[in-house]
Amino acid sequence: MKLEFAVYRYNPDVDTKPYMKDYSLEVDEGTDMMVLDALLKLKELDPTLAFRRSCREGVCGSDGINMNGKNGLACITPVSTFKGKKIEIRPLPGMPVVRDLIVDLTQFYTQYEKIKPFLINDEKTPAREHLQSPEEREHLDGLYECIMCACCSTACPSFWWNPDKFIGPSGLLHAYRFLIDSRDTATEERLSGLDDAYSVFRCHGIMNCVDVCPKGLNPTKAIGHIKSMLLQRAV
Amino acid sequence: MVTNAASLGRSGVHDFILIRASAVVLACYTIFLVGFIACSSPLTYDAWHGLFSALPMKVFTLLALVAVLVHAWIGIWQVLTDYVKCVSLRGVLQFVFVVAAFSYLAAGILIVWGV
Repeated sequence: MKLEFAVYRYNPDVDTKPYMKDYSLEVDEGTDMMVLDALLKLKELDPTLAFRRSCREGVCGSDGINMNGKNGLACITPVSTFKGKKIEIRPLPGMPVVRDLIVDLTQFYTQYEKIKPFLINDEKTPAREHLQSPEEREHLDGLYECIMCACCSTACPSFWWNPDKFIGPSGLLHAYRFLIDSRDTATEERLSGLDDAYSVFRCHGIMNCVDVCPKGLNPTKAIGHIKSMLLQRAV
Repeated sequence: MVTNAASLGRSGVHDFILIRASAVVLACYTIFLVGFIACSSPLTYDAWHGLFSALPMKVFTLLALVAVLVHAWIGIWQVLTDYVKCVSLRGVLQFVFVVAAFSYLAAGILIVWGV
């Protein structure tokens, strides 16, 4: 069985502009593999092909790419998903390309830094630890699992147009994770930092983020909760 | 925090409330007009004139025109800040659209109060 690929190639040192390069792989009939495995085999054929990868099991979030128009993690996307069609592999959209499938995620991380992704607690430090009830801990489910692969934010038009001002779905999912955390005491400060026309309210709820999240999370829902908190604080 | 001076609201929350409140007014106005047209068969000039002669309808229409201004101002600002990155061009376009929206409001007031 022959697998056909078209891979985005761009090396700013030698290429004047990006181009798509065709590759094919011979694999045993009836077998399947992840897109990352295919990319690793392609790299054996063409060592100049550059992409990021690390854990190979959907935990580290390094190998976020765009496959046939949809963002996802190469390591947990089976080639069989594409039903024998040619697989077009591109870097995550909207971000500056460093080389081939590697993008510069500086803007993504800058937005993440803005939401202060750490617990802030100005109460007296407890002797052992800040305790949470099972119910309080349950609020964090569906939020803490984000691995920051950037698949959601780079699928979001609002983030494409305003990556310097809109926090993006991933950052806002994390923001809500700290807003709802019973151990965090900086709710007011966090909401004040988000209360402008861009940071949260550029989300128009088109749910691209939900569609592409490889961990099955729902950033749109978290953003809705943040909007409600901002509204309740304002009226 | 990112500041904005060209939008209508004072903050993101203010814009959010204004755009939804104006949408509710416009939806009510549209449903009412469609309902009136559907229930007034055949629709005569007298019936139409009578509808717009009543003070409550004039106020409702004025409210809808203000809602159009508010909704368009914020909506256009959001679209322009997404797609037009040249600040001077965006400023000119925003000015033109807001002037047009105000013109609709002024024309609407004169027409409705002329009935």
